[in-house]
Amino acid sequence: MRRRLLAVFLALVGLAACQPEEFTEAEKATIASLSLSALPPLAADTTNRVADDAAAAAFGATLFFEQRLSRDGTVACATCHLIDRQFQDDRPRSVGLATTDRRAMPLAGVARAPFLFWDGRKDSLWAQALGPLEDAREHGGTRAAYAHFVANAFGDRYERIFGPLPDLAAVPAAASPLGSDAEKAAWQAMPDAKKREIDTVFANLGKAIAAFERTIVHQPTRFDRFADAVAAGKTPQGEAALSEQEVYGLRLFIGRANCVTCHNGPRFTDDHFHNTGVPPVDGLPDDTGRAAGAKKVLDDPFNCLGIHRDGSDEACGELRFMVKEGEELERAFKTPSLRGAAARPPYMHSGQIATIEDVVDHYIRAPASVSGHSELKPLKMSEKERAALIAFLGTLVE
Amino acid sequence: MNRRTILVVLAAIAIVAAAAFIAFRMMMTPPEGLDLARSKASAKGLYAVAIAPEKEPLEQGPLHSWILTVKTPDGAPVEGATIAVGGGMPQHGHGLPTQPQATAYLGEGRYRIEGVRFNMSGWWEFTFDIRAAVGNDNVVFNLTL
Repeated sequence: MRRRLLAVFLALVGLAACQPEEFTEAEKATIASLSLSALPPLAADTTNRVADDAAAAAFGATLFFEQRLSRDGTVACATCHLIDRQFQDDRPRSVGLATTDRRAMPLAGVARAPFLFWDGRKDSLWAQALGPLEDAREHGGTRAAYAHFVANAFGDRYERIFGPLPDLAAVPAAASPLGSDAEKAAWQAMPDAKKREIDTVFANLGKAIAAFERTIVHQPTRFDRFADAVAAGKTPQGEAALSEQEVYGLRLFIGRANCVTCHNGPRFTDDHFHNTGVPPVDGLPDDTGRAAGAKKVLDDPFNCLGIHRDGSDEACGELRFMVKEGEELERAFKTPSLRGAAARPPYMHSGQIATIEDVVDHYIRAPASVSGHSELKPLKMSEKERAALIAFLGTLVE
Repeated sequence: MNRRTILVVLAAIAIVAAAAFIAFRMMMTPPEGLDLARSKASAKGLYAVAIAPEKEPLEQGPLHSWILTVKTPDGAPVEGATIAVGGGMPQHGHGLPTQPQATAYLGEGRYRIEGVRFNMSGWWEFTFDIRAAVGNDNVVFNLTL
Protein backbone atom coordinates (compact mmCIF):
# COMPACT_ATOMS: atom_id res chain seq x y z
CA MET A 1 0.00 0.00 0.00
CA ARG A 2 2.67 2.43 1.06
CA ARG A 3 4.61 1.73 -2.13
CA ARG A 4 1.51 2.42 -4.22
CA LEU A 5 0.98 5.73 -2.44
CA LEU A 6 4.56 6.69 -3.04
CA ALA A 7 4.23 5.83 -6.73
CA VAL A 8 1.09 7.96 -7.11
CA PHE A 9 2.74 10.84 -5.27
CA LEU A 10 5.94 10.70 -7.29
CA ALA A 11 4.05 10.45 -10.56
CA LEU A 12 2.07 13.60 -9.80
CA VAL A 13 5.04 15.59 -8.55
CA GLY A 14 7.04 14.33 -11.53
CA LEU A 15 4.31 15.63 -13.82
CA ALA A 16 4.88 19.12 -12.48
CA ALA A 17 8.65 18.97 -12.58
CA CYS A 18 9.36 17.38 -15.95
CA GLN A 19 10.08 19.55 -18.94
CA PRO A 20 8.04 19.05 -22.10
CA GLU A 21 10.12 17.73 -24.98
CA GLU A 22 8.70 20.14 -27.54
CA PHE A 23 8.58 23.90 -27.30
CA THR A 24 5.11 25.40 -27.19
CA GLU A 25 4.10 27.71 -30.05
CA ALA A 26 4.56 30.71 -27.72
CA GLU A 27 8.06 29.53 -26.78
CA LYS A 28 8.94 29.03 -30.44
CA ALA A 29 7.78 32.57 -31.25
CA THR A 30 9.87 34.00 -28.41
CA ILE A 31 12.93 31.98 -29.47
CA ALA A 32 12.53 33.20 -33.07
CA SER A 33 12.21 36.81 -31.83
CA LEU A 34 15.64 36.51 -30.18
CA SER A 35 17.48 35.35 -33.30
CA LEU A 36 19.69 37.78 -35.20
CA SER A 37 17.61 36.76 -38.23
CA ALA A 38 14.75 38.77 -36.68
CA LEU A 39 16.83 41.96 -36.62
CA PRO A 40 15.35 44.50 -39.07
CA PRO A 41 17.75 46.39 -41.39
CA LEU A 42 19.53 49.23 -39.61
CA ALA A 43 17.41 52.36 -40.04
CA ALA A 44 18.95 55.46 -41.62
CA ASP A 45 20.21 58.09 -39.18
CA THR A 46 18.91 61.29 -40.71
CA THR A 47 20.56 63.33 -37.96
CA ASN A 48 23.96 62.36 -39.42
CA ARG A 49 24.16 63.03 -43.16
CA VAL A 50 27.33 60.90 -43.48
CA ALA A 51 26.02 57.99 -41.38
CA ASP A 52 26.16 55.59 -44.33
CA ASP A 53 28.95 57.27 -46.30
CA ALA A 54 31.84 54.83 -46.87
CA ALA A 55 34.52 57.55 -46.88
CA ALA A 56 33.16 58.90 -43.59
CA ALA A 57 33.16 55.41 -42.06
CA ALA A 58 36.77 54.90 -43.15
CA PHE A 59 37.73 58.29 -41.73
CA GLY A 60 35.83 57.40 -38.55
CA ALA A 61 37.82 54.17 -38.26
CA THR A 62 41.05 56.15 -38.52
CA LEU A 63 39.85 58.52 -35.80
CA PHE A 64 38.65 55.62 -33.63
CA PHE A 65 42.19 54.20 -33.42
CA GLU A 66 43.96 57.59 -33.33
CA GLN A 67 45.79 58.13 -30.03
CA ARG A 68 46.67 61.70 -30.95
CA LEU A 69 42.99 62.53 -30.36
CA SER A 70 43.82 63.02 -26.69
CA ARG A 71 45.53 65.44 -24.36
CA ASP A 72 48.85 63.55 -24.19
CA GLY A 73 48.71 61.40 -27.32
CA THR A 74 48.10 58.10 -25.50
CA VAL A 75 44.34 57.57 -25.58
CA ALA A 76 42.12 56.53 -28.50
CA CYS A 77 38.53 55.27 -28.52
CA ALA A 78 40.15 51.88 -29.09
CA THR A 79 42.02 52.15 -25.78
CA CYS A 80 38.85 51.13 -23.91
CA HIS A 81 36.91 49.67 -26.88
CA LEU A 82 39.32 46.93 -27.97
CA ILE A 83 38.59 45.49 -31.40
CA ASP A 84 39.50 41.92 -30.38
CA ARG A 85 37.59 42.11 -27.09
CA GLN A 86 34.06 42.91 -28.30
CA PHE A 87 35.08 46.59 -28.28
CA GLN A 88 35.31 46.68 -24.47
CA ASP A 89 38.26 46.41 -22.09
CA ASP A 90 37.53 43.68 -19.49
CA ARG A 91 38.07 46.19 -16.66
CA PRO A 92 35.55 46.99 -13.92
CA ARG A 93 36.08 50.69 -14.67
CA SER A 94 37.77 51.99 -17.78
CA VAL A 95 41.11 53.75 -17.73
CA GLY A 96 41.87 56.61 -20.09
CA LEU A 97 44.09 59.36 -18.75
CA ALA A 98 42.81 58.21 -15.35
CA THR A 99 40.36 55.64 -13.98
CA THR A 100 36.74 56.49 -14.72
CA ASP A 101 33.62 55.59 -12.73
CA ARG A 102 32.03 53.28 -15.29
CA ARG A 103 32.59 50.08 -17.23
CA ALA A 104 33.17 50.38 -21.01
CA MET A 105 30.23 49.05 -23.01
CA PRO A 106 30.77 46.72 -25.97
CA LEU A 107 29.88 48.28 -29.34
CA ALA A 108 28.19 45.62 -31.48
CA GLY A 109 24.79 46.88 -32.59
CA VAL A 110 25.34 50.19 -30.80
CA ALA A 111 23.85 52.13 -33.73
CA ARG A 112 20.44 50.72 -32.80
CA ALA A 113 20.39 52.16 -29.28
CA PRO A 114 18.15 55.21 -28.89
CA PHE A 115 20.22 56.41 -25.93
CA LEU A 116 23.93 55.91 -25.32
CA PHE A 117 26.00 55.27 -22.18
CA TRP A 118 24.77 53.35 -19.14
CA ASP A 119 22.67 56.38 -18.15
CA GLY A 120 21.56 57.39 -21.66
CA ARG A 121 23.09 60.86 -21.39
CA LYS A 122 23.53 61.02 -25.18
CA ASP A 123 20.83 60.47 -27.78
CA SER A 124 22.88 59.68 -30.88
CA LEU A 125 25.98 57.75 -31.74
CA TRP A 126 27.68 60.88 -33.08
CA ALA A 127 26.89 62.92 -29.97
CA GLN A 128 28.11 60.03 -27.81
CA ALA A 129 31.53 60.01 -29.47
CA LEU A 130 32.09 63.62 -28.37
CA GLY A 131 31.73 62.95 -24.64
CA PRO A 132 34.89 60.90 -23.95
CA LEU A 133 37.01 63.15 -26.21
CA GLU A 134 36.65 66.02 -23.73
CA ASP A 135 36.31 64.04 -20.50
CA ALA A 136 39.31 64.82 -18.29
CA ARG A 137 39.74 61.13 -17.34
CA GLU A 138 39.29 59.78 -20.86
CA HIS A 139 40.88 61.55 -23.87
CA GLY A 140 41.08 64.83 -21.96
CA GLY A 141 41.46 67.08 -25.01
CA THR A 142 39.54 70.14 -26.19
CA ARG A 143 37.45 70.70 -29.29
CA ALA A 144 39.74 73.54 -30.40
CA ALA A 145 42.78 71.26 -30.12
CA TYR A 146 40.96 68.55 -32.09
CA ALA A 147 40.05 71.03 -34.83
CA HIS A 148 43.73 72.02 -35.15
CA PHE A 149 44.84 68.39 -35.12
CA VAL A 150 42.39 67.32 -37.81
CA ALA A 151 43.28 70.31 -39.99
CA ASN A 152 46.97 69.43 -39.72
CA ALA A 153 46.83 65.65 -39.90
CA PHE A 154 43.70 64.91 -41.95
CA GLY A 155 42.66 68.19 -43.59
CA ASP A 156 42.11 66.68 -47.04
CA ARG A 157 40.14 63.68 -45.83
CA TYR A 158 37.98 65.89 -43.62
CA GLU A 159 37.23 68.37 -46.38
CA ARG A 160 36.38 65.70 -48.95
CA ILE A 161 33.64 64.49 -46.62
CA PHE A 162 32.45 67.60 -44.82
CA GLY A 163 33.55 70.53 -46.97
CA PRO A 164 35.97 73.36 -46.12
CA LEU A 165 37.43 73.60 -42.62
CA PRO A 166 37.02 77.01 -40.96
CA ASP A 167 39.92 79.42 -40.62
CA LEU A 168 41.71 78.34 -37.43
CA ALA A 169 44.38 81.05 -37.39
CA ALA A 170 42.84 82.91 -34.44
CA VAL A 171 41.60 79.79 -32.61
CA PRO A 172 43.56 79.01 -29.40
CA ALA A 173 45.51 75.73 -29.30
CA ALA A 174 43.27 74.47 -26.52
CA ALA A 175 39.78 75.78 -25.78
CA SER A 176 36.50 74.22 -24.71
CA PRO A 177 33.48 75.07 -22.57
CA LEU A 178 34.25 71.88 -20.61
CA GLY A 179 38.02 72.03 -20.09
CA SER A 180 40.28 73.48 -17.41
CA ASP A 181 39.76 77.05 -16.21
CA ALA A 182 42.32 78.31 -18.77
CA GLU A 183 40.64 76.31 -21.58
CA LYS A 184 37.22 77.60 -20.56
CA ALA A 185 38.52 81.17 -20.50
CA ALA A 186 40.07 80.71 -23.94
CA TRP A 187 36.73 79.41 -25.20
CA GLN A 188 34.79 82.28 -23.65
CA ALA A 189 37.11 84.77 -25.37
CA MET A 190 36.27 83.40 -28.83
CA PRO A 191 33.59 85.12 -30.94
CA ASP A 192 30.30 83.18 -31.04
CA ALA A 193 30.57 82.58 -34.78
CA LYS A 194 33.99 80.95 -34.32
CA LYS A 195 32.72 78.84 -31.41
CA ARG A 196 29.99 77.58 -33.66
CA GLU A 197 32.45 76.71 -36.43
CA ILE A 198 34.62 74.75 -34.00
CA ASP A 199 31.54 73.00 -32.60
CA THR A 200 30.63 72.00 -36.16
CA VAL A 201 34.06 70.48 -36.78
CA PHE A 202 33.80 68.69 -33.42
CA ALA A 203 30.32 67.34 -34.24
CA ASN A 204 31.59 66.20 -37.65
CA LEU A 205 34.34 64.16 -36.00
CA GLY A 206 31.59 62.48 -34.00
CA LYS A 207 29.61 61.88 -37.19
CA ALA A 208 32.58 60.18 -38.87
CA ILE A 209 33.24 58.01 -35.81
CA ALA A 210 29.52 57.13 -35.73
CA ALA A 211 29.63 56.15 -39.42
CA PHE A 212 32.40 53.68 -38.53
CA GLU A 213 30.61 52.40 -35.42
CA ARG A 214 27.46 51.72 -37.43
CA THR A 215 29.41 48.93 -39.15
CA ILE A 216 30.10 47.11 -35.86
CA VAL A 217 27.49 44.38 -35.66
CA HIS A 218 26.74 41.17 -33.80
CA GLN A 219 27.79 37.90 -35.43
CA PRO A 220 25.42 34.92 -35.37
CA THR A 221 26.17 32.37 -32.64
CA ARG A 222 25.16 28.80 -31.89
CA PHE A 223 21.95 30.12 -30.36
CA ASP A 224 20.97 31.85 -33.63
CA ARG A 225 21.51 28.65 -35.61
CA PHE A 226 19.42 26.78 -33.06
CA ALA A 227 16.67 29.43 -33.06
CA ASP A 228 16.49 29.54 -36.85
CA ALA A 229 16.15 25.76 -37.00
CA VAL A 230 13.40 25.79 -34.35
CA ALA A 231 11.60 28.59 -36.21
CA ALA A 232 11.81 26.61 -39.46
CA GLY A 233 10.30 23.55 -37.75
CA LYS A 234 13.56 21.58 -38.09
CA THR A 235 15.50 19.65 -35.49
CA PRO A 236 18.64 21.67 -34.67
CA GLN A 237 21.67 19.52 -35.51
CA GLY A 238 25.44 19.79 -35.66
CA GLU A 239 26.52 23.43 -35.23
CA ALA A 240 22.92 24.39 -34.50
CA ALA A 241 22.49 21.90 -31.66
CA LEU A 242 22.26 22.96 -28.02
CA SER A 243 22.90 20.53 -25.18
CA GLU A 244 20.03 19.38 -22.98
CA GLN A 245 21.34 21.67 -20.24
CA GLU A 246 21.50 24.68 -22.60
CA VAL A 247 17.95 24.07 -23.82
CA TYR A 248 16.81 23.87 -20.21
CA GLY A 249 18.56 27.19 -19.57
CA LEU A 250 16.84 28.71 -22.61
CA ARG A 251 13.45 27.57 -21.28
CA LEU A 252 14.20 29.23 -17.96
CA PHE A 253 15.50 32.36 -19.68
CA ILE A 254 12.28 32.85 -21.64
CA GLY A 255 10.11 31.44 -18.86
CA ARG A 256 10.29 31.30 -15.11
CA ALA A 257 13.50 33.31 -14.67
CA ASN A 258 11.89 36.28 -16.47
CA CYS A 259 15.21 37.29 -18.09
CA VAL A 260 13.54 37.87 -21.46
CA THR A 261 11.30 40.54 -19.96
CA CYS A 262 14.13 43.07 -20.33
CA HIS A 263 16.71 41.13 -22.34
CA ASN A 264 14.41 40.84 -25.34
CA GLY A 265 14.67 41.03 -29.11
CA PRO A 266 17.62 39.93 -31.24
CA ARG A 267 20.06 42.11 -29.26
CA PHE A 268 18.78 40.80 -25.92
CA THR A 269 18.04 44.30 -24.66
CA ASP A 270 14.93 46.46 -24.41
CA ASP A 271 17.13 49.59 -24.76
CA HIS A 272 15.57 50.90 -21.57
CA PHE A 273 16.79 51.77 -18.08
CA HIS A 274 16.04 49.63 -15.02
CA ASN A 275 16.90 49.69 -11.36
CA THR A 276 18.02 46.15 -10.54
CA GLY A 277 19.43 46.86 -7.10
CA VAL A 278 23.07 46.81 -8.18
CA PRO A 279 24.98 48.18 -5.18
CA PRO A 280 27.03 51.39 -5.43
CA VAL A 281 30.82 51.12 -5.34
CA ASP A 282 32.48 52.35 -2.14
CA GLY A 283 34.53 55.45 -2.72
CA LEU A 284 32.88 56.48 -5.99
CA PRO A 285 30.60 59.52 -6.25
CA ASP A 286 26.91 58.69 -5.89
CA ASP A 287 25.64 57.38 -9.24
CA THR A 288 21.90 57.84 -9.80
CA GLY A 289 22.04 56.46 -13.35
CA ARG A 290 19.21 57.53 -15.61
CA ALA A 291 17.97 60.15 -13.12
CA ALA A 292 21.10 62.20 -13.82
CA GLY A 293 21.46 60.98 -17.43
CA ALA A 294 17.98 62.24 -18.37
CA LYS A 295 18.88 65.77 -17.29
CA LYS A 296 22.22 65.62 -19.10
CA VAL A 297 20.76 64.53 -22.44
CA LEU A 298 18.10 67.25 -22.30
CA ASP A 299 20.82 69.85 -21.64
CA ASP A 300 23.27 68.52 -24.22
CA PRO A 301 23.95 71.13 -26.95
CA PHE A 302 24.70 68.22 -29.31
CA ASN A 303 21.36 66.46 -28.72
CA CYS A 304 18.82 65.86 -31.47
CA LEU A 305 17.09 69.19 -30.93
CA GLY A 306 20.36 71.15 -31.13
CA ILE A 307 21.76 73.01 -34.16
CA HIS A 308 24.28 70.31 -35.13
CA ARG A 309 21.62 67.76 -36.07
CA ASP A 310 21.25 67.14 -39.80
CA GLY A 311 17.79 66.55 -41.29
CA SER A 312 14.51 67.46 -39.63
CA ASP A 313 13.47 67.26 -35.99
CA GLU A 314 11.08 64.45 -36.90
CA ALA A 315 14.00 62.20 -35.96
CA CYS A 316 13.91 63.47 -32.37
CA GLY A 317 10.98 61.45 -31.01
CA GLU A 318 13.16 59.60 -28.52
CA LEU A 319 14.27 62.85 -26.93
CA ARG A 320 10.91 64.60 -27.14
CA PHE A 321 8.96 61.79 -25.57
CA MET A 322 11.48 60.44 -23.09
CA VAL A 323 10.56 60.20 -19.41
CA LYS A 324 12.33 63.24 -17.99
CA GLU A 325 12.05 62.70 -14.26
CA GLY A 326 10.52 60.52 -11.59
CA GLU A 327 11.42 57.79 -9.15
CA GLU A 328 11.65 55.12 -11.83
CA LEU A 329 14.79 56.81 -13.16
CA GLU A 330 16.57 56.58 -9.81
CA ARG A 331 19.56 54.23 -10.13
CA ALA A 332 18.15 52.88 -13.39
CA PHE A 333 20.84 51.77 -15.84
CA LYS A 334 20.62 50.60 -19.41
CA THR A 335 19.87 46.94 -20.10
CA PRO A 336 23.06 45.63 -21.71
CA SER A 337 22.93 43.14 -24.55
CA LEU A 338 23.63 39.59 -23.41
CA ARG A 339 25.28 38.65 -26.69
CA GLY A 340 28.86 37.80 -25.82
CA ALA A 341 28.24 38.73 -22.18
CA ALA A 342 29.38 35.37 -20.77
CA ALA A 343 32.84 36.09 -22.25
CA ARG A 344 33.28 39.60 -20.89
CA PRO A 345 33.36 39.81 -17.11
CA PRO A 346 33.18 41.84 -14.95
CA TYR A 347 29.57 42.98 -15.01
CA MET A 348 27.27 45.93 -14.31
CA HIS A 349 27.80 49.65 -14.83
CA SER A 350 30.83 49.93 -12.60
CA GLY A 351 32.03 46.34 -12.77
CA GLN A 352 30.45 45.58 -9.39
CA ILE A 353 29.95 41.85 -10.08
CA ALA A 354 32.98 39.75 -10.97
CA THR A 355 31.54 36.63 -12.61
CA ILE A 356 28.50 35.53 -14.61
CA GLU A 357 27.68 33.08 -11.79
CA ASP A 358 27.55 35.98 -9.34
CA VAL A 359 25.33 37.93 -11.76
CA VAL A 360 22.80 35.09 -11.85
CA ASP A 361 22.96 34.89 -8.05
CA HIS A 362 22.26 38.63 -7.87
CA TYR A 363 19.07 38.11 -9.88
CA ILE A 364 18.09 35.12 -7.73
CA ARG A 365 18.56 37.09 -4.49
CA ALA A 366 17.13 40.36 -5.87
CA PRO A 367 18.57 42.68 -3.20
CA ALA A 368 16.81 45.97 -2.51
CA SER A 369 18.20 49.13 -4.07
CA VAL A 370 19.90 51.70 -1.83
CA SER A 371 17.49 54.25 -3.34
CA GLY A 372 14.61 54.03 -5.78
CA HIS A 373 13.03 50.59 -6.24
CA SER A 374 14.60 47.50 -7.74
CA GLU A 375 12.36 45.91 -10.35
CA LEU A 376 13.69 42.45 -9.46
CA LYS A 377 11.74 39.86 -7.51
CA PRO A 378 13.56 37.00 -5.78
CA LEU A 379 13.68 33.77 -7.80
CA LYS A 380 13.52 30.22 -6.52
CA MET A 381 16.16 28.42 -8.47
CA SER A 382 17.93 25.12 -7.87
CA GLU A 383 21.65 24.65 -8.43
CA LYS A 384 20.80 22.69 -11.58
CA GLU A 385 18.65 25.52 -12.92
CA ARG A 386 21.28 28.13 -12.13
CA ALA A 387 23.90 26.10 -14.00
CA ALA A 388 21.52 25.65 -16.96
CA LEU A 389 20.90 29.39 -17.22
CA ILE A 390 24.65 30.06 -17.25
CA ALA A 391 25.16 27.33 -19.85
CA PHE A 392 22.52 28.96 -22.06
CA LEU A 393 24.28 32.35 -21.85
CA GLY A 394 27.35 30.58 -23.25
CA THR A 395 25.44 29.85 -26.48
CA LEU A 396 25.34 33.61 -27.14
CA VAL A 397 29.12 33.93 -27.37
CA GLU A 398 30.02 32.23 -30.66
CA MET B 1 -8.72 3.43 -2.69
CA ASN B 2 -8.87 3.99 1.04
CA ARG B 3 -9.20 7.35 2.70
CA ARG B 4 -5.44 7.66 3.21
CA THR B 5 -4.74 7.13 -0.49
CA ILE B 6 -7.29 9.79 -1.36
CA LEU B 7 -5.71 12.20 1.11
CA VAL B 8 -2.24 11.68 -0.32
CA VAL B 9 -3.53 12.06 -3.87
CA LEU B 10 -5.30 15.30 -2.87
CA ALA B 11 -2.12 16.57 -1.19
CA ALA B 12 -0.10 15.78 -4.30
CA ILE B 13 -2.65 17.55 -6.48
CA ALA B 14 -2.48 20.55 -4.16
CA ILE B 15 1.32 20.62 -4.47
CA VAL B 16 1.09 20.41 -8.28
CA ALA B 17 -1.53 23.16 -8.34
CA ALA B 18 0.56 25.38 -6.06
CA ALA B 19 3.65 24.83 -8.23
CA ALA B 20 1.64 25.62 -11.34
CA PHE B 21 0.26 28.77 -9.71
CA ILE B 22 3.74 29.92 -8.69
CA ALA B 23 5.03 29.17 -12.20
CA PHE B 24 2.09 31.12 -13.61
CA ARG B 25 2.83 34.09 -11.36
CA MET B 26 6.54 33.97 -12.16
CA MET B 27 5.80 33.90 -15.88
CA MET B 28 3.92 37.16 -15.41
CA THR B 29 1.21 35.84 -17.68
CA PRO B 30 -1.53 38.42 -18.19
CA PRO B 31 -4.64 37.59 -16.13
CA GLU B 32 -7.24 35.38 -17.79
CA GLY B 33 -10.20 37.16 -19.30
CA LEU B 34 -8.43 40.52 -19.49
CA ASP B 35 -10.63 43.01 -21.35
CA LEU B 36 -8.63 43.71 -24.50
CA ALA B 37 -11.32 45.81 -26.21
CA ARG B 38 -9.91 48.75 -28.11
CA SER B 39 -13.11 50.74 -27.88
CA LYS B 40 -15.10 51.33 -24.71
CA ALA B 41 -16.95 53.88 -22.63
CA SER B 42 -14.89 56.09 -20.31
CA ALA B 43 -15.15 55.41 -16.57
CA LYS B 44 -18.05 57.81 -15.91
CA GLY B 45 -19.59 57.14 -19.31
CA LEU B 46 -19.02 60.67 -20.63
CA TYR B 47 -17.17 59.51 -23.73
CA ALA B 48 -17.02 56.65 -26.19
CA VAL B 49 -13.31 56.14 -26.72
CA ALA B 50 -11.40 54.03 -29.24
CA ILE B 51 -7.69 53.47 -29.78
CA ALA B 52 -5.74 52.08 -32.73
CA PRO B 53 -2.02 51.97 -33.48
CA GLU B 54 -1.17 54.15 -36.46
CA LYS B 55 0.53 51.12 -38.02
CA GLU B 56 -0.34 47.45 -37.60
CA PRO B 57 0.97 45.10 -36.42
CA LEU B 58 1.74 46.51 -33.01
CA GLU B 59 5.46 45.97 -32.37
CA GLN B 60 7.44 45.66 -29.18
CA GLY B 61 10.40 48.05 -29.22
CA PRO B 62 10.06 50.90 -31.71
CA LEU B 63 8.65 54.32 -30.87
CA HIS B 64 5.28 54.67 -32.60
CA SER B 65 1.98 56.58 -32.65
CA TRP B 66 -1.65 55.77 -31.88
CA ILE B 67 -4.89 57.38 -32.91
CA LEU B 68 -7.30 58.08 -30.06
CA THR B 69 -10.89 58.72 -31.09
CA VAL B 70 -13.12 60.52 -28.59
CA LYS B 71 -16.87 60.83 -29.16
CA THR B 72 -19.88 61.43 -26.99
CA PRO B 73 -22.00 58.35 -26.27
CA ASP B 74 -24.38 59.40 -29.08
CA GLY B 75 -21.47 59.52 -31.56
CA ALA B 76 -20.67 63.25 -31.83
CA PRO B 77 -16.90 63.90 -32.20
CA VAL B 78 -15.32 65.62 -29.20
CA GLU B 79 -13.10 68.50 -30.28
CA GLY B 80 -10.61 70.56 -28.33
CA ALA B 81 -10.06 67.94 -25.63
CA THR B 82 -6.96 68.01 -23.46
CA ILE B 83 -5.55 64.50 -23.31
CA ALA B 84 -3.08 63.19 -20.74
CA VAL B 85 -1.56 59.80 -21.57
CA GLY B 86 -0.32 57.32 -18.99
CA GLY B 87 -0.08 53.64 -18.24
CA GLY B 88 2.38 50.94 -17.33
CA MET B 89 2.76 47.30 -16.44
CA PRO B 90 0.65 46.40 -13.40
CA GLN B 91 2.53 43.13 -12.86
CA HIS B 92 5.90 44.87 -12.82
CA GLY B 93 4.86 47.99 -10.92
CA HIS B 94 6.27 50.47 -13.40
CA GLY B 95 4.91 53.05 -15.81
CA LEU B 96 5.39 53.59 -19.51
CA PRO B 97 9.02 53.81 -20.67
CA THR B 98 8.21 57.07 -22.52
CA GLN B 99 5.96 60.09 -21.99
CA PRO B 100 3.53 59.95 -24.93
CA GLN B 101 1.63 63.11 -25.81
CA ALA B 102 -1.39 64.08 -27.84
CA THR B 103 0.38 66.14 -30.51
CA ALA B 104 -2.32 66.85 -33.10
CA TYR B 105 -6.07 66.98 -33.59
CA LEU B 106 -6.89 65.20 -36.83
CA GLY B 107 -10.63 66.00 -37.01
CA GLU B 108 -13.67 63.73 -36.42
CA GLY B 109 -12.74 63.41 -32.73
CA ARG B 110 -9.37 61.85 -33.59
CA TYR B 111 -6.16 62.75 -31.75
CA ARG B 112 -2.64 61.61 -32.62
CA ILE B 113 -0.79 60.15 -29.63
CA GLU B 114 2.95 60.27 -30.32
CA GLY B 115 5.92 58.79 -28.51
CA VAL B 116 4.55 55.40 -27.45
CA ARG B 117 6.87 52.48 -26.77
CA PHE B 118 6.25 49.09 -25.22
CA ASN B 119 9.71 47.79 -24.36
CA MET B 120 8.68 44.58 -22.62
CA SER B 121 6.32 41.71 -23.34
CA GLY B 122 3.30 41.17 -21.13
CA TRP B 123 0.27 43.10 -19.90
CA TRP B 124 0.26 46.86 -20.41
CA GLU B 125 -2.30 49.40 -19.29
CA PHE B 126 -2.73 52.40 -21.56
CA THR B 127 -4.69 55.22 -19.90
CA PHE B 128 -6.14 58.49 -21.09
CA ASP B 129 -7.43 61.39 -19.01
CA ILE B 130 -9.81 63.35 -21.19
CA ARG B 131 -10.78 66.94 -20.37
CA ALA B 132 -13.30 68.60 -22.63
CA ALA B 133 -16.40 70.82 -22.46
CA VAL B 134 -18.59 67.83 -21.51
CA GLY B 135 -16.45 67.10 -18.44
CA ASN B 136 -13.41 65.23 -17.19
CA ASP B 137 -13.21 61.47 -17.48
CA ASN B 138 -10.67 58.74 -17.96
CA VAL B 139 -10.40 55.39 -19.66
CA VAL B 140 -8.05 52.43 -19.23
CA PHE B 141 -7.24 50.05 -22.08
CA ASN B 142 -5.41 46.76 -21.68
CA LEU B 143 -2.89 45.55 -24.23
CA THR B 144 -0.86 42.36 -24.31
CA LEU B 145 2.40 42.00 -26.17
